[in-house]
Amino acid sequence: MNIKFRRFSEFLIEKAIFLSGIISILFVVLIFAFLLKEGLALFKYVSVKDFIFGAEWYPISEPPKFGIISLIMGSVWVTAGAIIISVPIGIAAAIYISEIAPRKIRGILKSGIEMLAAIPSVVIGFIGITTLVPLVKNVFGLSTGLTALSGSIMLAFMAIPTIVSIAEDAFYSIPKRYKEAALALGATHWQTIWRVLIKAAFPGIVAASMLGIGRVIGETMAVMMITGNVAKIPNSIFDPVRTLTATIAAEMGEAVRGSDHYFALFAIGIVLFVITFLINLIADIYINRELK
Amino acid sequence: MKKFNILPLLVLFSLFVSGCTRPPRDNTINIIGSDTMVNLVQSWAEEFMKSHPDYFIAVTGGGSGTGMANLISGSCDIASASRKIKPREIELAAQNGITQHEFIVGLDGIAVVVNPGNPVNELTIDQLADIFTGKLTNWKDVGGKDGKIVILSREVNSGTHIYFKERVLNKGKSGASGGKEFAPSALMLSSSQAIADEISGNENAIGYYGMGYINPKQKPLKVAKDPKTGYFSPDIPSVVSGKYPISRPMFLYTKNEPNRCAREFLEFAMSKRGQEIVKETDFVPVK
Repeated sequence: MNIKFRRFSEFLIEKAIFLSGIISILFVVLIFAFLLKEGLALFKYVSVKDFIFGAEWYPISEPPKFGIISLIMGSVWVTAGAIIISVPIGIAAAIYISEIAPRKIRGILKSGIEMLAAIPSVVIGFIGITTLVPLVKNVFGLSTGLTALSGSIMLAFMAIPTIVSIAEDAFYSIPKRYKEAALALGATHWQTIWRVLIKAAFPGIVAASMLGIGRVIGETMAVMMITGNVAKIPNSIFDPVRTLTATIAAEMGEAVRGSDHYFALFAIGIVLFVITFLINLIADIYINRELK
Repeated sequence: MKKFNILPLLVLFSLFVSGCTRPPRDNTINIIGSDTMVNLVQSWAEEFMKSHPDYFIAVTGGGSGTGMANLISGSCDIASASRKIKPREIELAAQNGITQHEFIVGLDGIAVVVNPGNPVNELTIDQLADIFTGKLTNWKDVGGKDGKIVILSREVNSGTHIYFKERVLNKGKSGASGGKEFAPSALMLSSSQAIADEISGNENAIGYYGMGYINPKQKPLKVAKDPKTGYFSPDIPSVVSGKYPISRPMFLYTKNEPNRCAREFLEFAMSKRGQEIVKETDFVPVK
């Protein structure tokens, strides 16, 4: 009786754990199915080519125009800017924390960076709009500070914690003997880091950068507040841009359910999903490579 | 650990789900809609709940379109709107078995604002249309200092955006289909406050918002429909007399026949005290 009961409860626990594991995958699949269902309906009205490469986004005009190339370029500029800023800083910080910093400072830095990750994006956006936007306007002599650059700088702050923690893991998991061997052969500390450790941790660094990109491209609130939301293909990082995510967030409330505008926003959701999926896939490939 | 960045999708998903829940209760009403009107409706609700302690009224902003979308899906009892309901929305509501009743509860003047450091004081509707469609790009062209005009607009979910487009850009010609669009370089900001903030820090910016937002950090322009009949400021007398050319009615839409609580709320809004609140929140009473 007792044994039977124990077996039964073990069976239950096993299934419950299995279910918890499978459920997150199930959610992703369901979300994607829902996105497809709602998003693909757009292509009754607009061709895929006009949607992806159309330059005009006038969703509520008569007739509406649903071209998202300017939104894609907006996301690309903001993301590229954020990555150029955050990857070098993030990796340098990871090297410092894992290789150079004394233990005490390491602890402080690590929790500080974790705190940075905990700041809600709306707060980052608010700080950006009150401090960074006027600064960018004055420093670069622009007509407005609501630009891709402001978005990139604020998003870099949000990507740095992700990059630092994953890159730091990568440095940490390099076998000690690599470093010891390099030092024993007479390399300086800097030579060891530059020639040996960065190479050994390279897959992890790529994975960290990729996940940082994923963090940036999916970010919504902060970019909506500080990039100006102009649906025009930007010529430089000093132009205002409108990102894919900000478009969905700003317009979802207005879109009448079942209208072409509503479908178009879901179609943007598909584009975003595909982009983040690819980025995560690349990150995953590199993380696995590192383990081997 | 694989981290999928699905936050925006989750937001979409939760928006969808939230449209399907919440059972109706007789002593709670949910008002969703216009950002322009949110302060007004909130003041009404607070005052109303003081005299009717057994009722609860929840007020949410988000834009007129947000209110309409919620009314259509049945998830709010009253939608506040700074624009008239669109035919397409009536149609969709009917498909869900919802009819709506319209009440005009106040008037709102839309102020066109610039930085106080900008020497321009008055513009005609034609000049405004040319500025906002991108035809005029330098303040020099309208009597100001040399400088590129930075156009600020609200997002497309804003009733103010739609009204401004109809009334100023297209001068009332065949509604939103008049064909003129905001200049592609117009910055789309997500709230009236964001417009106010940007104007206060930028001498070359021009934007618009409901007259309730006017404060000393921005300068409202005098506007003329026809320069011969004169330029008028966005203030209560000019809006009531119709001399100020950019003003609009503000609406409450109820779902089906209003229930007891919603009806009493509407009566309160139209009462003497209710209309005083309209004035206190810097709008123009209809009574």
